[in-house]
Amino acid sequence: MTAFTMGAVAYDPKVVTIWNGFRSWFVASGLPFDYVLYSNYERQVEDLIAGRIDAAWNSPLAWVRARRLAEAQGLTIRALTMRDTDRDLATAIVTRADSDIASVEELRGRTVATGAVDSPQATLLPLDHLRRHGLHPGTDFTVRRFDVGVGLHGDHIGGERDAARALIAGEVDAACILDGNHLLFTKEGVLPSGSTRLLTTTGRYDHCTMTVTGSADPDRTARFGELLRSMSYADPAVRPLLDLEGLTSWEDGRTDRYRMLEAAVTAAGFYDAAGTVTAAEYQP
Amino acid sequence: MNLDLAGLAFDTGGRLLIQKVLAGLPPGSTVTVTGRDPFLTLHLRAWCRSAGHGTTAQDDGAVEVVKGRPDADRWAHAERAGEPGAVARRPPGHWGLAARGALLETGGPEPAYELADRDIVWADLAPRLYAHAAAAQWDPATAVPWDAPFTLPADIEAAIVQIMTYLVENEQAALVIPARLLTRIHPHFREVLGLLAVQAADEARHVDVFTRRALHTGGRMGSSSAGGRASLASLLAEPDFTLASFLLSVLGEGTFVHLLTFLERHAPDPVTRAVTRLARADEARHVAFGVAHLEHQSASDPTMLGRLRGAIERRHDMLIDTAGLNQDVFDALLLLAAGSWTPPALHRGHLAVRQLQADMDTGRRRHLSRLGFPDDEAAELSALHTRNFM
Ligand SMILES: [Fe+2]
Ligand SMILES: [Fe+2]
Repeated sequence: MTAFTMGAVAYDPKVVTIWNGFRSWFVASGLPFDYVLYSNYERQVEDLIAGRIDAAWNSPLAWVRARRLAEAQGLTIRALTMRDTDRDLATAIVTRADSDIASVEELRGRTVATGAVDSPQATLLPLDHLRRHGLHPGTDFTVRRFDVGVGLHGDHIGGERDAARALIAGEVDAACILDGNHLLFTKEGVLPSGSTRLLTTTGRYDHCTMTVTGSADPDRTARFGELLRSMSYADPAVRPLLDLEGLTSWEDGRTDRYRMLEAAVTAAGFYDAAGTVTAAEYQP
Repeated sequence: MNLDLAGLAFDTGGRLLIQKVLAGLPPGSTVTVTGRDPFLTLHLRAWCRSAGHGTTAQDDGAVEVVKGRPDADRWAHAERAGEPGAVARRPPGHWGLAARGALLETGGPEPAYELADRDIVWADLAPRLYAHAAAAQWDPATAVPWDAPFTLPADIEAAIVQIMTYLVENEQAALVIPARLLTRIHPHFREVLGLLAVQAADEARHVDVFTRRALHTGGRMGSSSAGGRASLASLLAEPDFTLASFLLSVLGEGTFVHLLTFLERHAPDPVTRAVTRLARADEARHVAFGVAHLEHQSASDPTMLGRLRGAIERRHDMLIDTAGLNQDVFDALLLLAAGSWTPPALHRGHLAVRQLQADMDTGRRRHLSRLGFPDDEAAELSALHTRNFM
């Protein structure tokens, strides 16, 4: 019997350490488990839908595409688990503290820096947030995109950091930055404390999700979910891996907080309703 | 519980305050945080998410934080790395580099320390010797009267240069050996590590001042004999901590204390007198630790004397075909004690060097007896010690 196989995107070398560690742990816990690495999320999602892998450790954008592809094909799809740290994120749109921009409205005619074209947190969601304020990207304001790690759905922090640097350098008028990264950049000195002013914050949304489809063996899928949920931060064997992967516990999956992203993807024309990639400048 | 940060930002001290409040509460406790910094909610919620605390934003802008389990879980099975004042018999490898008595998070590396047994590395005298060694450090720049004027006859100066050249290579060996040993010892025995580190630093100073004395008058270094280097190589070849410390500290440095005493007494200039005096005081400490360490061990290990004997014999066999002490060094010692080329002076010099060798032998026999060898065996073993002195 082949092992239960999960796909993960290799956005950083530590991914190997993390999933090698988890792999040994799953095997020791009685679940034959293996993982394969992808260089980008699109291919991982396509393989999940084609049944070549049993689970995909998906970005929120990859979830959106997988859901659309699955539904177009009549395949059931489910968010099995997620990290505690994937819940209720928010993105800030900030300007320099000394900027003359006093409100979101005043971004009209200005330049806003974002992360990579496929970053949910640093591009798609905040741009859609501005759309809801009546500001249409490319029409009402200029978007200056920092395309680092395209295909990684914003997992690479480089684009956001470059956007923050451009803001401080005065090259752009505002920047879109994930809440946790804004805090990180103050610590790093990229955005010294007090150097930025908060213009607006997106609503809360969820991040990564362990995605499974109806084509995987149900018992093993259930076992995989149970084992993930049973990983304890008190266990010294998994704690370093949990620290590396950035969570303290695995929680049940939930999909209601991808609605904002679904809307943003549609508004931006990133994927069509059947999950085909339609974004113009997207080459993972 | 309420916590008002007033105008304090999360990233300029607010986090510390929140952490301090949370630290005093059990998991599940709630703290309502308020404040005026515009980024407070954004930063607080991001931080809580990554730290495993729950948050809910309230309508009035306050954030309700629910303390999570991760802090408690991280330390759930923590243990102390012994007690600061007590030396464990066999500290486990995973205590590693942690301070004695530190609270250890579980799950760290499991380094294997070769020397992790108190009976092998410890001496009760170690903490006191370490304190003494740390207090007795001297500055080569100021402790030696480098500027004191003197002129020596060319032959005497050459003898001093030769002796210094010989001393330097011995000091190099004496530096390398403790430095290598200390990396193999479990850091739990920190006083022993400290002592070996200071010992290596002492030797580095000796190398320095002896080199400077050799070059003080502008000449070149003297000779280094193959036999001398062979003797030192055999010393470095001993992998066993106990035996290495025995050969180096008890026998080698013990013999060197007499040599340095001799050199100080016959020193023809103030610089030579100072450097040999300073080095001798350090060496006496090195010998004291070596002896204390072996005494501690022989008390618990009845096979030790046999192993020490074996080490001396093996090294003697290894060196049997080598020339022993560099003839140039031997001659230099004689000339130094003679002070001039007149036949009566040379005779006096000869007697002085013979006396030196007798003193070295007596010293070694005394140490060997202290470790438990009967007198006749001590005499026999002392005679097998390398003719290179170190
Ligand atoms: Fe020395
Ligand atoms: Fe020494």
